[in-house]
Amino acid sequence: MQSTSRISILQGLAAAIPIWIGYIAVGIPFGVLAGKAGLSPLQIALMSVIVFAGSSQFIAVSMMASGASMLPIIITTFFVNLRHLLMSATLALHLRGASRGLLSLFAYGVTDESFAVNLTRFMNGDWDIKRSLVVNHTANVVWIASTIAGGYLGEIIPEGAFGIDYALTAMFISLLVLQLKNNLILITTILSGFLSVIFSLLLPGAWNIVISSMLAASLGVAILAVLQRKRTGAS
Amino acid sequence: MTFENYLLCVLGMGLVTFIPRWIPLAWLSTRDIPEIMKEWLRFIPACILSALVAPAIFLDASTGRFQMLQPRFLAAIPTLFFALKTRSLGGTVIVGMVVYWIMNKLI
Repeated sequence: MQSTSRISILQGLAAAIPIWIGYIAVGIPFGVLAGKAGLSPLQIALMSVIVFAGSSQFIAVSMMASGASMLPIIITTFFVNLRHLLMSATLALHLRGASRGLLSLFAYGVTDESFAVNLTRFMNGDWDIKRSLVVNHTANVVWIASTIAGGYLGEIIPEGAFGIDYALTAMFISLLVLQLKNNLILITTILSGFLSVIFSLLLPGAWNIVISSMLAASLGVAILAVLQRKRTGAS
Repeated sequence: MTFENYLLCVLGMGLVTFIPRWIPLAWLSTRDIPEIMKEWLRFIPACILSALVAPAIFLDASTGRFQMLQPRFLAAIPTLFFALKTRSLGGTVIVGMVVYWIMNKLI
């Protein structure tokens, strides 16, 4: 029993490594930026612990720097992070039967990156809430530590060293490839990417992600329904 | 912003971030999900991933304008190719980083 739980912790750690690299790459510049906007390392730590959502933290700090008040910042944060609703709904299919407490602990750590890594593993069938919590919470610790480090370090570290600011994009590309299981998914994927580019040119926040993936998934369901009707009609 | 206001602001941000992350998990994991919704959710992962990736590689990071001939997009081509060939997450991350780093040096 002892050794199985040790193995599952190790598996969680191994799965989380690409996220750690990416979070270091994004967390340090965030800390630098927040420091420039006048936030102390303690204030940076508070935001990273309480919010734990990278892109919305960048937006909040730049709003603070330009003198925005509390309410617009909170409302913007809500809309930027609303996309996690879709991710949690997808993950919920794989977390049935887990206790409310563990689910709440898990919910705190749902980010774009942990969603992508955990879901891929859940779909492989070799994953559970314990392993996914290791992914979420070690990623959380790395995020908190690197944002604080950024606040202290200022600009000592050169921007873009070793291409680390491409780590998360490369990770998403790799996880996307693993999701391409049939032609219909491929079609909806291309459509969603296309719509996302268009909407990100037109809309603020992260609306592009929410709207384009919902539209593309709906089209997928519609095509599937038409295909099924044709099949039953033919037989 | 005073420290108290900052703390309130961050608590508010934390709350509005946590609630959308929590509701589907608390709600859906104890109920029967309709078949059509399950089907819909099967398309969501790939759609979300491409919705995240596409703007990151097709738009210029600093101006937000559409820009294809730039390191982020050019590095995505060998990265995608490597991912398709190997299906290795760690390998793809390293290849992507190295290719992007070299392209930034060259361009």
